[in-house]
Amino acid sequence: MIQAQNSDASLSEVTTWFKAAEVSAFPENGGACVKYQDQQIAVFYFARRNEWYACQNMCPHKQQMILARGMVGDQCGEPKVACPYHKKTFSLITGENLNGECYEIQTYPVKVENGFVYIGIKE
Amino acid sequence: MSSLVTPPQRIIVVGNGMVGYKFCEKLVSKNQSGAFAITVFGEEPRPAYDRVHLSAYFSGTTAEELTMAPISWYEQNNITLHLGELVTDVDPVAKTITTHKGEIFAYDKLVLATGSGAFVPPINGVEKTGVFVYRTIEDLEAMLAYAPKAKTAAVIGGGLLGLEAAKAAVDMGLETHVIEFAPRLMPRQLDEAGSETLKKKLENLGISIHLKKSTTAILGEEAVNKMTFADGSELEVDMIIVSAGIKPRDEVARKAGLAVGPRGGIEVNNQLQTSDPDIFAVGESALHEGMIYGLIAPGYEMAEVVVTNLIGGEKSFTGFDMSTKLKLIGVDVASFGDPFCTETKGHPIVFEDKVKGIYKRINVSEDGKYLLGGILVGDASSYNMLLQTAKNKIILPPNPEDLILGARGGSAEPAGAGVMSLPEDATICSCENVTKGTICSSIVSDELSDVAGIKKCTKAGTSCGGCVPMLGDLLTATLKEQGKDVKKVLCEHFSYSRQEILDIVKINNIRTYDELLDQYGKGDGCEVCKPAVASILASTWNELILKQATIQDTNDRYLANIQKGGTYSVVPRIPGGEITPEKLIVIGQVAAKYSLYTKITGGQRIDMFGARIDQLPDIWEELVNAGFESGHAYGKSLRTVKSCVGSTWCRYGLHDSVGFAIQVEERYRGIRSPHKLKGGVSGCVRECAEAQSKDFGIIATEKGWNLFVCGNGGAKPQHAILFATDLDTETCLRYLDRFLMFYIKTAEPLNRTSTWLNKMEGGIDYLRQVIIEDSLGICEDLEREMAFMIETYACEWKEVVNNPELRKRFQHFINTPEPDPTIKFRQERGQVVPVVK
Repeated sequence: MIQAQNSDASLSEVTTWFKAAEVSAFPENGGACVKYQDQQIAVFYFARRNEWYACQNMCPHKQQMILARGMVGDQCGEPKVACPYHKKTFSLITGENLNGECYEIQTYPVKVENGFVYIGIKE
Repeated sequence: MSSLVTPPQRIIVVGNGMVGYKFCEKLVSKNQSGAFAITVFGEEPRPAYDRVHLSAYFSGTTAEELTMAPISWYEQNNITLHLGELVTDVDPVAKTITTHKGEIFAYDKLVLATGSGAFVPPINGVEKTGVFVYRTIEDLEAMLAYAPKAKTAAVIGGGLLGLEAAKAAVDMGLETHVIEFAPRLMPRQLDEAGSETLKKKLENLGISIHLKKSTTAILGEEAVNKMTFADGSELEVDMIIVSAGIKPRDEVARKAGLAVGPRGGIEVNNQLQTSDPDIFAVGESALHEGMIYGLIAPGYEMAEVVVTNLIGGEKSFTGFDMSTKLKLIGVDVASFGDPFCTETKGHPIVFEDKVKGIYKRINVSEDGKYLLGGILVGDASSYNMLLQTAKNKIILPPNPEDLILGARGGSAEPAGAGVMSLPEDATICSCENVTKGTICSSIVSDELSDVAGIKKCTKAGTSCGGCVPMLGDLLTATLKEQGKDVKKVLCEHFSYSRQEILDIVKINNIRTYDELLDQYGKGDGCEVCKPAVASILASTWNELILKQATIQDTNDRYLANIQKGGTYSVVPRIPGGEITPEKLIVIGQVAAKYSLYTKITGGQRIDMFGARIDQLPDIWEELVNAGFESGHAYGKSLRTVKSCVGSTWCRYGLHDSVGFAIQVEERYRGIRSPHKLKGGVSGCVRECAEAQSKDFGIIATEKGWNLFVCGNGGAKPQHAILFATDLDTETCLRYLDRFLMFYIKTAEPLNRTSTWLNKMEGGIDYLRQVIIEDSLGICEDLEREMAFMIETYACEWKEVVNNPELRKRFQHFINTPEPDPTIKFRQERGQVVPVVK
């Protein structure tokens, strides 16, 4: 299965598919943090939709490495994550803040192949 | 001078009464650019005066004082005023009017404010000398001239105007009779009992009231000396004032071919246009949807509507509330909404005090929720409040009789000091400095329907989020005031309230969030419904919350409190604040081993900060092995039951407050609730445990325990309220079981007990009825449910420590065991503190 919903980072721009971890390592309908070089990437598995998303782990509001521990959900169908600190929510498609504030997050394409989760990186 | 200037629109106003005057006043204020040339015709010899207070003329107020504005005002505002000139004809085709002098004036727009005349019934002898109508200052002058020759006066008509006229007769020193055809006074405003009360009051003032009397003839040679009635009786009088109603002055309109009603009145649409769109009618001459408005307020509203439309705005007249309050001969009389329960089905609540001459009636809707209308005689002090309650469809308290009787007995506390009782300038969001007024007006003007909208439009609740529950309350209350149906739904994924979901979960034996979302919700859920449902599931089934880790808030997901920098704090339970030296040493050793910052909390226990997520299970393993349990500092659940040292050591102590605090804390530990819960037990009235600032507080008395409930500190401190006194230990625990379970089952998410109580209709008295008197018959269930929670308690940390699968979840990265490299500490006062980026 290959899947990538991200509009910011289109598949064609991906230079590296980073093999993050086995599918079974990730919680359902929640997130986990993946270390890629010096970066921290939050990966979310929407089991109900069978969709995967990824974004930076740092919440831009107070610069905390935390988004992977946030609750996932949707706002009018748009997949989102809520930061555990102050419940700032971000679209996992566009990275846009959904509370009407100006900061946004980087999102990444995700694909699943042979039981492994890959994150698309643009070097 | 430029000839290109558009000539002003010629506006002719026929009639210079109160509404005709108000129309001029409103139009002038909008006529700064001189777009209108206004001409006014009044048939009376004086400019418009206050007809509402006409009876004041008899008690010494002069005609000048009653005048709305002097003639000079018309001059200053370039209004051409023709007094004593009757408009006899209107030609809608030529767009002209003709006066009784034969002069012709052209108009672009015509406003008929011709008002009404007195309706004089066709009674034999009505033309005799000594028979008057009560309408104009000229009528009054004629009466005053005649009165010295008279001793007895009868007023035909017991309505509003008739009673005004009766007052005039009393003021003229006449023996006064009121003759009413209907079986009661003010038949449009009052019911029989209200009329009876008013009648008694008036009779005490020396006015004779004759009901169900139909006048058949007025007798006398030249002047009146007697009236006869249909029932064969007679009354000797030498003066009669006819005040049997009003008759719209529609003669000119009728002659001009404009549409008029079958019983009189110039027909108008919602813009108050007559059948000719350039001719408007306002006030008592206008017939709007079959209704003549004989009150001043709707007349003024009509004037406003016409002015707005003339200047190019849009405004409609869509009927008017006919509620009235007046002082009739010193007696308060008011009638509002639907005074008789005729339009809507409802039930009256009646209060009558024959000694004081007070009658009050309120009509409550069948479901007991709304006020439909009512009648007040003798005391109308609550008129405005009642009118607002009815108009705005405010939900009634459980005892609506309090509205007319005042709260009685026992309850000194107001029935619900909710968020709407705050003043407009109260700061709701202190982060963004947003006031209640700003929020409420934004809800109305921006037509907001959810908290997210409030956040977007006002910025309130966007920083710390502490005020978000209050935003929800303001939203609900404001929408309710607007008459909009509000349902407290959890979020966009569930159209149910927390209480409804709790019932759904219980009845359908739902054990997981996904099951609930599949069957009763939609979408993927969110950070609002997930923890709320997690709490409900925990409060119902009391299963290990980590079975559904990803629906928990991060604190519950990792059973620790997240702190700045991404580390967590660890708080073992220390029930009642009592701890052995050995256990204190263990805490010290663990903190030292893992380099944790330690601090004594406000709840008499010890908090260890700076634990990395991967360290949590190891730290807890050591604590559990030393006999500690989770303190649930991370949960919306019981935190601590604070205690003073009690009778064991303290020379003032009455009972063992420490022992009882430990018993209570262990009883309710681990139970998930809508918000955190804090308790306190004090061994005497000195209250060293500060129990009155807790969700529940217990204070020793000579005879037992006093139980206080629903207090809290925090952003909006509130003292707990004394709930029950001198309880034995067993009863105290039983009440607490019921109280806490009732709170858990009925509060909204993230509402502390104080907020829950503030919103509760009926307030603390209602709560006492439910918990102590079992008014809902649910106490047995509440006790059973609480007993289940107590029996099924298990320490969450003990389970995690002993479960390798669960322990594996406590790591920062999924693809490497190394910790978060961005966590940094520095030293401060001999301990570690996080380095904030």
